[in-house]
Amino acid sequence: MSEKEIDQVTGVETTGHTWDGNLKELNKPLPKWWLYTFYVCVIWAIGYWILYPAWPTLNGYTKGVLGYNQRAVVTEEVKAAKADQAKYFEQITAKSLEEITQDQELLPFVMAGGAAVFGDNCGPCHGKGAQGAVGYPNLNDDDWLWGGTLDAIHQTILYGIRSGHDEARDMAMPKFGRDEILQPAQIADIAQYVLSLSGKAADDAMAQRGKDLFAENCAACHGDDGKGNIELGAPNLTDGIWLYGGTPEHIAKSIETGRGGVMPSWSGRLDPATIKMLTVYVHSLGGGK
Amino acid sequence: MTMIKRASDIVPQTMAQEAAPGIERIDVKAVASKEARETYASRQKIYPKLAHGTFRKVKWIVMAVTLGIYYLLPWIRWDRGPNLPDQAFLLDFAHQRLFFGPIEIWAQELYFITGILIFSALGLFLVTSLAGRMWCGYTCPQTVWTDLMVVVERFWQGDRNARIRLDNSPWTFEKIWKKTATHITWVLVALATGGALVFYFRDAPTLAMELVSGDAPTIAYVFLGVFTGTTYLLGGIAREQVCIYMCPWPRIQGAMFDRDSLLITYRDFRGEPRGPHKKGQTWEERGDCIDCKACVAVCPMGIDIRDGAQLECIQCALCIDACDEIMTKVGRPTGLVAYDTFRNLEAEAHHERAPMNFVRPRTILYSAAMAAVVGLMLYAWLNRTILEVNILHHRNPVYVEMTDGGLRNRYTVKILNKLHDVRTYQLAMEGLQGAEMTILGFKEADPKINVATDNLRALNVLVTVPKADRAKLNGEATHFDFIITDTADGKRLTHEATFWAPKNE
Repeated sequence: MSEKEIDQVTGVETTGHTWDGNLKELNKPLPKWWLYTFYVCVIWAIGYWILYPAWPTLNGYTKGVLGYNQRAVVTEEVKAAKADQAKYFEQITAKSLEEITQDQELLPFVMAGGAAVFGDNCGPCHGKGAQGAVGYPNLNDDDWLWGGTLDAIHQTILYGIRSGHDEARDMAMPKFGRDEILQPAQIADIAQYVLSLSGKAADDAMAQRGKDLFAENCAACHGDDGKGNIELGAPNLTDGIWLYGGTPEHIAKSIETGRGGVMPSWSGRLDPATIKMLTVYVHSLGGGK
Repeated sequence: MTMIKRASDIVPQTMAQEAAPGIERIDVKAVASKEARETYASRQKIYPKLAHGTFRKVKWIVMAVTLGIYYLLPWIRWDRGPNLPDQAFLLDFAHQRLFFGPIEIWAQELYFITGILIFSALGLFLVTSLAGRMWCGYTCPQTVWTDLMVVVERFWQGDRNARIRLDNSPWTFEKIWKKTATHITWVLVALATGGALVFYFRDAPTLAMELVSGDAPTIAYVFLGVFTGTTYLLGGIAREQVCIYMCPWPRIQGAMFDRDSLLITYRDFRGEPRGPHKKGQTWEERGDCIDCKACVAVCPMGIDIRDGAQLECIQCALCIDACDEIMTKVGRPTGLVAYDTFRNLEAEAHHERAPMNFVRPRTILYSAAMAAVVGLMLYAWLNRTILEVNILHHRNPVYVEMTDGGLRNRYTVKILNKLHDVRTYQLAMEGLQGAEMTILGFKEADPKINVATDNLRALNVLVTVPKADRAKLNGEATHFDFIITDTADGKRLTHEATFWAPKNE
């Protein structure tokens, strides 16, 4: 430190600080507009601390005299949004599924809401676009295990498939191989026959043997012609749509282990109006009957 | 009153020296002159003296026209029929529209605004390269409002000398009421300015009533306050500092000037050597500048034009008026300070004249760019459709196999009706053999689709190609057209779409 002095080169006062013996700093004050803005910000900050939540304390934070709380604001906003939606939900509750599909005013809300609910709840298994996966049906096509009418879809969503709910659709395919009902050679024969049902190339001799075995073991559920039975959740075996794969190996595997996919029941998880919304949405995907 | 503390530096002395017989030598220091320019200096208040002359008259007219347009435009009505605003110029944020007379621009057409802004910027470049900072000197809001605030100041406190005297006087009753009246008038002007701005965003007569009764939206009050505050601060108090310290344009404009640009110039070949002129003294062997400093006294930027071209000069031409008045009085030709080019200035120094040269590569380039923007905008405007259709193919899943072996694709067809009445459309397909179309929500075969006024309707469309016709598909991707027909006038709009099939199809 040394005394303040006037720098001889510039004629400006120094700050009085000296470094390395002879380095001095000119006293160049901040622009006033900058300084005043800074002071205003300081005052603003103090006001902010008083009015709004600001400082962490040992067991929480300073609440601020306005009692402002972002979470409360969000809760309020969600509440307001729900209140705005209420009139739609009332209509959905009051109307039948069929009526909803004909209501041009209500339908855009139902479709948008259905898509959102589907993405959150159904997408993990059926895919975001309901495109399905092995073991999880594609909901865009017109092939339905348990029926594709509005009421059938509604019931499936409400109670699920083999979900343990009392009302759930519960039929399952026997484990023909695991439970030693059929021998591996017989299973291979049936697989060839099933393949021939959908018009695919198959071993004639095996298919011929399989035909009788099919009539004895499979026709009870899948029907004599293999067209399935939606009452029992037995799929149509004559089309080109295969939930578990359509190669001889895949078909044989299905016969050996049996099939019985599980879908949870959504009654109790989603409210009735939301489930109706979801039903109309799934029905609209293209396969609805 | 921090802004007046340095006024003592420029107080006129009672016994002012004469610059020429009968002409006062104004004791004024150009506060922003070359020598006075310092990075860390407190602002010294400038007391612009009222100028008289051609350019001052032009500036009054420009001020009246620009402020008139600004304050009055929102009040002009334009009948657009029912359900539409009848304000000629309205920026309707709620409906994302811009109304300007018969023109209506939607949010997705904002490129028209972009085009206008680009055109304006290029126009600014062109004018600057031709005649310098015309924008700054005559039409910039900062210049116009500062000028207006100075008018207010002059009305209550008098011209330059009276204002300086008032600032230097102690706080008497006269000083207090004059200052108070000035600031109140400034705030009223600012309030009118901020008020005019919010009227551009909401029906003006309605909003005016709401503002008075206290029913206006909060945001209207906020912006009214913000613009009142900034107008008062920038026009009344900050003034030339905005141009010198805040505005980027003075920095950029240097790139637009060249040796042929008309700039306000002190013609030193005529003026130097300067000095007071005594009665009967010859004008030989001396310059015409009598160093009366009239040019400095009228300058709203506080500069001395005789320092040459400088960033601080907004080229408002008031120094031309001031100097011309003096030159006429002393019987010398006017135009000692005038619009001139650097090229001519150099030529005159050798007693030659350089002709004006308006057609130069840069002016040609700016003009060509402006023409290109206008052409592009005109093309876009003429080809603008009032019916817009967008078709989205669902990609999740890309296609669906049906139980009967048919193949289905799903599309969202969005129809946007920009007209102000309900329109009915019909949707058809062309170029996809055997395909069937179902529109969700419609049972009939060829449904009439109503689209509400100013509205968008999204349709879920299923297109199915039966098994028998799958062989006719063009491999993985088959192109076809959706045709949207307006049932009212039979106008058709064709939109291409693609039908997707499995890879081995």
